[in-house]
Amino acid sequence: MTEGLPLLPVIWFGVIGFAIMMYVLLDGFVLGIGVLAPFAEDERQLDTMMNTAAPIWDGNETWLVLGGAGLLAAFPKAYAIILSTLYLPVLVMLAALVLRGVSFEFRFKANKSKALWGTCFAIGSILAAFAQGVILGAIAEGLPLREASVVGGALHWFSPFSMLCGAAVVFGYALLGSTWLILKTEGAMQTIAYSLTRPLVAVVIAFMVLVSTSLPFLSSQIMARWFNDGNFMWLSPVPLLALINAVVLWRAVMRKAEVLPFLAAISFFLLGFIGLLVGLWPNLLPPSLSIWDAAAAPSSQMFTLVGLAVMLPVILGYVWWSYSVFRGKVTEGGNYH
Amino acid sequence: MFDLSPVLLSRIQFGFVMSFHILFPAFTIGLASWLAFLGGAYLKTKRVIYRELYLFWLKIFAVSFGLGVVSGIVMSFQFGTNWSELSIRAGNILGPLLSYEVLTAFFLEASFLGVMLFGWRRVSPRIHFLATCMVALGTLLSTFWIISANSWMHTPQGYEIKDGVFFPVSWLEIVFNPSFPYRLVHMTLAAFITTCFVIGGISAVYLLKARHREGAVLQLKLAIVFGAIAVPLQIIAGDFHGLNVREHQPMKLAAMEGHWETKRGAPLLLWAVPDAKNERNTQEIAIPKLGSLILTHDINGEVRGLKEFPREERPPVAPVFYAFRVMVGIGMAMLCLIVWSIVQWRRGRLESSKALLRAWMVLTPAGFVAVLAGWYTTEIGRQPYIIYGLMRTSEAATAVDATSVLTSLFVFGAVYLFVFTSGVIYLLKMLRKGPQPVEAHQQVPGFETASHPISAGQHFESLK
Repeated sequence: MTEGLPLLPVIWFGVIGFAIMMYVLLDGFVLGIGVLAPFAEDERQLDTMMNTAAPIWDGNETWLVLGGAGLLAAFPKAYAIILSTLYLPVLVMLAALVLRGVSFEFRFKANKSKALWGTCFAIGSILAAFAQGVILGAIAEGLPLREASVVGGALHWFSPFSMLCGAAVVFGYALLGSTWLILKTEGAMQTIAYSLTRPLVAVVIAFMVLVSTSLPFLSSQIMARWFNDGNFMWLSPVPLLALINAVVLWRAVMRKAEVLPFLAAISFFLLGFIGLLVGLWPNLLPPSLSIWDAAAAPSSQMFTLVGLAVMLPVILGYVWWSYSVFRGKVTEGGNYH
Repeated sequence: MFDLSPVLLSRIQFGFVMSFHILFPAFTIGLASWLAFLGGAYLKTKRVIYRELYLFWLKIFAVSFGLGVVSGIVMSFQFGTNWSELSIRAGNILGPLLSYEVLTAFFLEASFLGVMLFGWRRVSPRIHFLATCMVALGTLLSTFWIISANSWMHTPQGYEIKDGVFFPVSWLEIVFNPSFPYRLVHMTLAAFITTCFVIGGISAVYLLKARHREGAVLQLKLAIVFGAIAVPLQIIAGDFHGLNVREHQPMKLAAMEGHWETKRGAPLLLWAVPDAKNERNTQEIAIPKLGSLILTHDINGEVRGLKEFPREERPPVAPVFYAFRVMVGIGMAMLCLIVWSIVQWRRGRLESSKALLRAWMVLTPAGFVAVLAGWYTTEIGRQPYIIYGLMRTSEAATAVDATSVLTSLFVFGAVYLFVFTSGVIYLLKMLRKGPQPVEAHQQVPGFETASHPISAGQHFESLK
């Protein structure tokens, strides 16, 4: 079905997927810290939690901007449709990200209003995570497209499935956040992180099962992709690996490993994301906008790809370096600095 | 009754979100380079004062940059939420330019900012200085790409149109479009001058209050030297930019100048009240012939008037006319202040002239006002087009319902008001406190509360 079609959009599908995945994993754990902020026992503990991300959150959020700008460059039609049809969820996400972002800067400058910015940090993170889940769910379920333009009212994205995805992403990010805290903290903070992680693993696995089993019933395309023509045979490694991953994650948390829980949470997200992409391909926006329908001019895709090929290794290099500058545990107090 | 169409609401929202956003880059572009200067000066001279000033401005930078980042993310999605027709028709051209901004600038700024703010005990002073320079470089690269995209919408070239969609033909022509060099120089200088007057103005306040004398004198002198170079350069750059506008956007120029009739030897209007309905001005105060001299560099040069263009092609005259005068007026005030400062400095009365210091204090926010006025001039002046001469703003908006846009306008309004007010309060708090002795920085900026007091001596070790 894809023979003879240009390759550039396929490469860009991968690039956008990579940028979104990087965003989900990296800002996922930062937003997760925000989701878990109400569990901090006092302001000092919240300091510690936020300090694990303070030097890097800005760079993590930049992957979202790359996803957005890359989408505009490579698939302008998809960019326009997603953002304009999901106007209200996108609005909530942006406003929430503003609140979350400034909380990082303001909380450390505040005296009297410290608690206020802690609250903004939590609310902003939870709302941003929920809105991202809703956006993802609405896209997976299929936007009301007709002739690549959209019909349907301002609230067409509101459905049980998109709400389910919203909740799933909130808990999923919380799991990334709690396993990150296990990795980056020690003592009382780490104990809290462990005790939060155990129920979170169970909840996230439950959400993963719910989302993956209900989606095929909502989309005949996704049903066909997974279960027609014996596709399930060669796609089965994805759910199988997810199952193994879940077991590894659970055991790692139970035996109080420090690094493995975070890595296993990441790979769990990766498998979920791959599962989703498998269902969507070759559509960018189901049910009918394929990556070739939405593609920008070849010259635009090529020009940006050249910049990407040169800059991405450099970016990954200095991002890695900046993480390594801040490696090690963050303690309550501040050996970290 | 106002017609609250989605297009109008989207324009209000974009104008409001953009105005809020631009204040921060306008400040942080200059501030990043200022920090690089202070960092370099400390490495070279080892004078503690440079270190104190660096740490002081770093805190200011952190808050301003944070506000710029979060409001910038909103900007990067507005093209899709509110201007989706523009995205569909011009995404082929604008998308790659914005992507290059992310790839070359945003990651660079964000990654090295973390090291700059929090990493100064974890890397050597040289590496820390390098991080500062990378952040400064990032702000300039960001300016390059975003001004290129903006300029292309003013003076499009290197494209072809098929079925209403813009396709790239030559990227070199697109990036280096005719108004780009002028706009880039003008905006970069504007950002540097904005920062320069903040630094000079704050220092003048300290001198008036007899606080932080050593740092304040040093900074005020540096601001005067920098202003003496940059302000005249900016006036020259503005003049060249004006000639470029005359060539490519004659309607905008006519609105800026308030000229209705095409004339040779046109006057320069210092003040007037444009009356768009009757196509004339009232209350004109004008200098004969000077308009032609400035715009054409010829005392009898021809200047085209608004009446040459059909009404539906004209931008709103009054806002463009007034905004332009505000910008130029501030530029002239800045020039006068610089000249006055040099005179007082030579007479050895820089610190003792209260009037001069008060003037600096008054002009502290002048750069911000001038930047906003300049952007209003150029952006309102290109109306009714979003891509000049090719695509109208009314064609660019999303076919979204007015209720949604009204909701988003309200939400952004509330959030920005809250965030902006808080940001200004924290910035003022830090400015009031002023630079602190290096020993007082027992924690890294932004980490005051994560206190684990380290002795000053130990801390000094880490600074070497």
